[in-house]
Amino acid sequence: MDDPILLESPAVNLTGVPGVNMSQESLVEIRDLNFTYDSRPVLTGINMTIPRGKVVAVMGISGCGKTTTLRLIGGQLKPTSGTVRVGGQVVHELDADGLYALRRRMGMLFQFGALFTDMSVYDNIAFQMREHTDLPEALIHDLVLMKLHAVGLRGAHRLMPAELSGGMARRVALARAIALDPMLMMYDEPFAGLDPISLAIVGELIRKLNDALGASSIVVTHDVQESLKIVDYVYFVSEGKIVAEGTAEDMKNSKVPYVHQFVWGESDGPVPFQYPSRPYGEELMESGVRGG
Amino acid sequence: MVRALRGLGQRVTSRIWRLGYASRFFLAILMYSGTSLRRLHLTIREIYFTGVLSLIIILVSGLFVGMVLGLQGYDTLQRYGSTEALGVLVSLSLVRELGPVVAALLFASRAGSAITAEIGMMKATEQLSAMEMMAVDPISRVVAPRFWGGVISMPLLAALFSAMGIFGGYLVGVQLIGVDEGSFWSQMQASVDFRQDILNGVIKSFVFGIIVSWVAVFEGYDAEPTAEGVSGATTRTVVTSSLAILAADFILTAFMFTGT
Repeated sequence: MDDPILLESPAVNLTGVPGVNMSQESLVEIRDLNFTYDSRPVLTGINMTIPRGKVVAVMGISGCGKTTTLRLIGGQLKPTSGTVRVGGQVVHELDADGLYALRRRMGMLFQFGALFTDMSVYDNIAFQMREHTDLPEALIHDLVLMKLHAVGLRGAHRLMPAELSGGMARRVALARAIALDPMLMMYDEPFAGLDPISLAIVGELIRKLNDALGASSIVVTHDVQESLKIVDYVYFVSEGKIVAEGTAEDMKNSKVPYVHQFVWGESDGPVPFQYPSRPYGEELMESGVRGG
Repeated sequence: MVRALRGLGQRVTSRIWRLGYASRFFLAILMYSGTSLRRLHLTIREIYFTGVLSLIIILVSGLFVGMVLGLQGYDTLQRYGSTEALGVLVSLSLVRELGPVVAALLFASRAGSAITAEIGMMKATEQLSAMEMMAVDPISRVVAPRFWGGVISMPLLAALFSAMGIFGGYLVGVQLIGVDEGSFWSQMQASVDFRQDILNGVIKSFVFGIIVSWVAVFEGYDAEPTAEGVSGATTRTVVTSSLAILAADFILTAFMFTGT
C-alpha cells in the first residue's frame, strides 16, 4: 500500500532551512522537474541543487527514478516539464552540438563500468582524448598513465576489460570518466556488486577525485553506509518525489519513516516487505475452495 | 472480432512504423558517414572483421557450389551433346545469380549476425550510452563504419565466391570428367559479357551488401538491451536479410536480364 503521509507530504529538509540551503554557487539546478514515461509519472516536482565542489547523493530504492534523474541531467532524456540547468544552460533546450559540447565537460560512471570491450584499458581511457583533442600520442600516453595512476591501476593498462575484476573495471571506468577533467561527475550505482575492499576504494576515489579536480559529483546509489561516509548532501527519492534532504548526519538521525527504514535497512516499513496483493487469508480460502 | 481486427491493425501499424524508423536510421547512417571516410582505419577494421574473417566460409562454399554445378551441368549437357558448353553454364550461373545471392546469404549468416550481436551487446552493456555521454555519436563511430565495412566487403566476397566456383567447376568438369579444357575456357570467354553479366552481378552484390549491412546494424541498434533481446535481434537479422536478398534478387533480375 502507498503511504499517504510519505506521498502527500512535501520533501523534508532535515537541515531545518527552507529550500536548498547550500550557499555555494550551484553547478546543477533542477526546478519543478516532471518526467513521464508511457503516461506513467516517473519523476514529479523534483527540485535539486548541486553546488560546485560538493558530492551530492541521490538515494532511494531501485526503480524510484534515480537513474532517470541522471539521464535528464546528461540530456539523454527530455523532461515532460520543468528545467535542468547545468552550468547555467538549460539542457533540453540545447541543440545536438550544444549538448555534445556540454557533455565534454561531464563524466559519467555507469553501473557496471560500460568499458568498451574491444579496446584495452589504455585505449578506453585514451578514447575521449583521441576523439575530442588533437593531442600528440606521446602526451596522450602520459595522461592515460596519470589517470590510471590516480585510480591505482597504472600497471593494468595493457589488460583487456574481460581480464579485470568488477572492482578494477569500475576503477578503470572512473579513470575514463575523468579523462578530460570534467566539471561534473555523475555516478550511477558506483558501489553495486563490489566486495568490501573495492567498495571502500571506489568510495574514497569518488571523494578524492572530486576534491582534486575541483568538480561537483552526483552519486546515485542505494548503498547507504558507504555513500554517507563521503557525501556532503543527500536527496532521498521515493516514487519519483524527493521525500527528504539534508546532510549525511541528518539522514542518520532522521525520524522520517522512509529515511529511517532505508538508512537502517529495516525489512518492513513505509516500503512494505510484501508486493501489493489481496489479503492472504482471502486468497488461501479461495484456493482451498477450488482445491476441495 | 473487433479485438482481432484491432490487433491486426496494431501489428500492421507497428510494422510500418518500424520500417519508417529503419528508413530514418538509414538516412542517419548516410548523414554521419563522414567519420567512416575521414578516419578510414575504422572502416578498414570492419572490412577485416566482416570480410576477411568470412573468407573461409565463402571460398569453401564457392568451391563446392562450383563442383556441384560441374557435375549437374555435365549430366544435363551430355544429353544434348553440348558438354563443351559446361564452362559457360558454370560461369553464367555463378556470376549472374549464385555468386551474389549465395555469398550474400552466407554473409548475412556469418557477418550480419555478428554485427547485430556486437552492437546489441554494446547497447545492453551501456557502451553506446557511455559513448553518447562522452559526446561521441554512436551512429558515426560504431554504426557507420560497420555499415560501410559490410557494403565494401560484399561485392569482393561475391567475386571471390564466383571465381572459386568456376575453379570448382573446372576441377570437376575438366580434371575429373574430362571435358576439353580449351572448349571449357574459350566458350566461357566468348559467352560471358562484361557489362551484361559481370557488372550486373557486381551491382547485385553491392545492393545485397547494403541490405544485409543496413538490416544488421539496425537490428543491433534497435535490440532490446537484454540477452533475449540480442538473441532475437540476431535471428531477425538473418531471416529479414535473407528474405530481402531473395526478393531484391528477383526485382533486380527482372530489370537486368529480361529480354536479353
